[in-house]
Amino acid sequence: MLKARVIPCLDVKDGRVVKGVNFVDLRDAGDPVEAAGAYDAAGADELCFLDITASHEARGTLIDVVERTAALCFMPVTVGGGVRTVEDIRTLLLAGADKVSINSAAVNDRSFVGRAADKFGDQCIVVSIDAKRVSGAGEAPRWEIFTHGGRKATGIDAVDFARDVVRLGAGELLVTSMDRDGTKSGFDIALTRTIADAVHVPVIASGGVGTLDHLVEGVRDGHATAVLAASIFHFGTFSIPEAKAHMAAAGIPVRLDEAGELGAA
Amino acid sequence: MTVAIIDYGSGNLRSASKAFERAARDIGYAGAVVVTADPDVVARADRIVLPGVGAFADCRRGLGAVSGMTEALTDAVLGRGRPFFGICVGQQLMAGRGLEKETTEGLGWIPGDVTLLRPSDPALKVPHMGWNTIDLTDAGAAHPVLAELSTGETGLHAYFVHSYHLAAVDPAHVLARADYGGPVTAIVGRDTMIGTQFHPEKSQRLGLGLIANFLAWAP
Repeated sequence: MLKARVIPCLDVKDGRVVKGVNFVDLRDAGDPVEAAGAYDAAGADELCFLDITASHEARGTLIDVVERTAALCFMPVTVGGGVRTVEDIRTLLLAGADKVSINSAAVNDRSFVGRAADKFGDQCIVVSIDAKRVSGAGEAPRWEIFTHGGRKATGIDAVDFARDVVRLGAGELLVTSMDRDGTKSGFDIALTRTIADAVHVPVIASGGVGTLDHLVEGVRDGHATAVLAASIFHFGTFSIPEAKAHMAAAGIPVRLDEAGELGAA
Repeated sequence: MTVAIIDYGSGNLRSASKAFERAARDIGYAGAVVVTADPDVVARADRIVLPGVGAFADCRRGLGAVSGMTEALTDAVLGRGRPFFGICVGQQLMAGRGLEKETTEGLGWIPGDVTLLRPSDPALKVPHMGWNTIDLTDAGAAHPVLAELSTGETGLHAYFVHSYHLAAVDPAHVLARADYGGPVTAIVGRDTMIGTQFHPEKSQRLGLGLIANFLAWAP
């Protein structure tokens, strides 16, 4: 049986982890590769690096991070942030990424999703959708795509956009509620479920996780096949095994392969 | 001794080579792991790995575009019985035909078509993406490369990411299946060749164990 995935996301800037990673056994909490190794050993199902490096010149540091991670962690790695060209994707895949996440470039030009999928296959193209609810109280719910960290409205309907990028070749959608991101109040379940039910590809729920019940809700109620979280894991509020045990107890199938000796060696 | 990982412009070569290097270290395998686009290196290799990511037709064209590669590969595997490991689309290329986007001839080593997954439960998403357990067939249970791996419902998981699978004509060529709204081909094999639909280089202990068994395999 296919299992629901738990995906920790690491924000990386100039080759360093931005939000703290609070694990007891890390020598250097700012080293994304060491953090990746710790998550690997803890049983994370996939890793996500989000590059928030401002300058294009500093992108090389991310490539180094991906290369070193691929030599250490034998698990899937998704990289997002600043992916704008087919060449960007090729460079990341050759460095050892399995999937790339496309955000603004897909909003600016949807045909890019099609070109990327044709070149590298649907399975490695994740489209990242940052959405905010724009309907008022009492209205039928409606969400719009926002860019620039949720500050800039685009007028694009999030569900229409989701259907469209999947038709063009997106193999997976990372759906982040900009209303919930950073609030610890849980996923926007209506948003997640509306998109998950509208497309045939897997949806990763993101934005707002504060408790382990939120992870359960994302899969059970939001119909996501994977849940992504950052701070609850980085700050040691909960561990990956705690998250999975909680999900399993709630009846959600998760991968509980015992943590092996393959971690940060 | 050399393990040749074929570079034909498709596939996550770095991840594959790192996983083979790691498994080789773990078991004290003395050979070298090389990534190569040179048919002569493939012809001389002791073991051959064909990775592959993307669409079947693109991968088949990519392999065909490397002058002399298909011939070197076929001669080494079919002619001289060199152990072969196909990964993901590299495994699908072992089939007679691929039906993704267009009909494309495969290598024809495992009779059958590469067909779209159609899970019986409409709520199941395609691609089949993530971690699943695998069940060995009788042929798989007797296969040395699959010996002592933890499989079955309570076993270790393998990482899948695909929309198509190899529907083999001869059930004896199927060594393992996964369940995803019906049976999904997970491992095929015959003679000195084996292929996995999942990514052993991304499947942690199950994957490294499988690679280690392949490196130790003396068919």
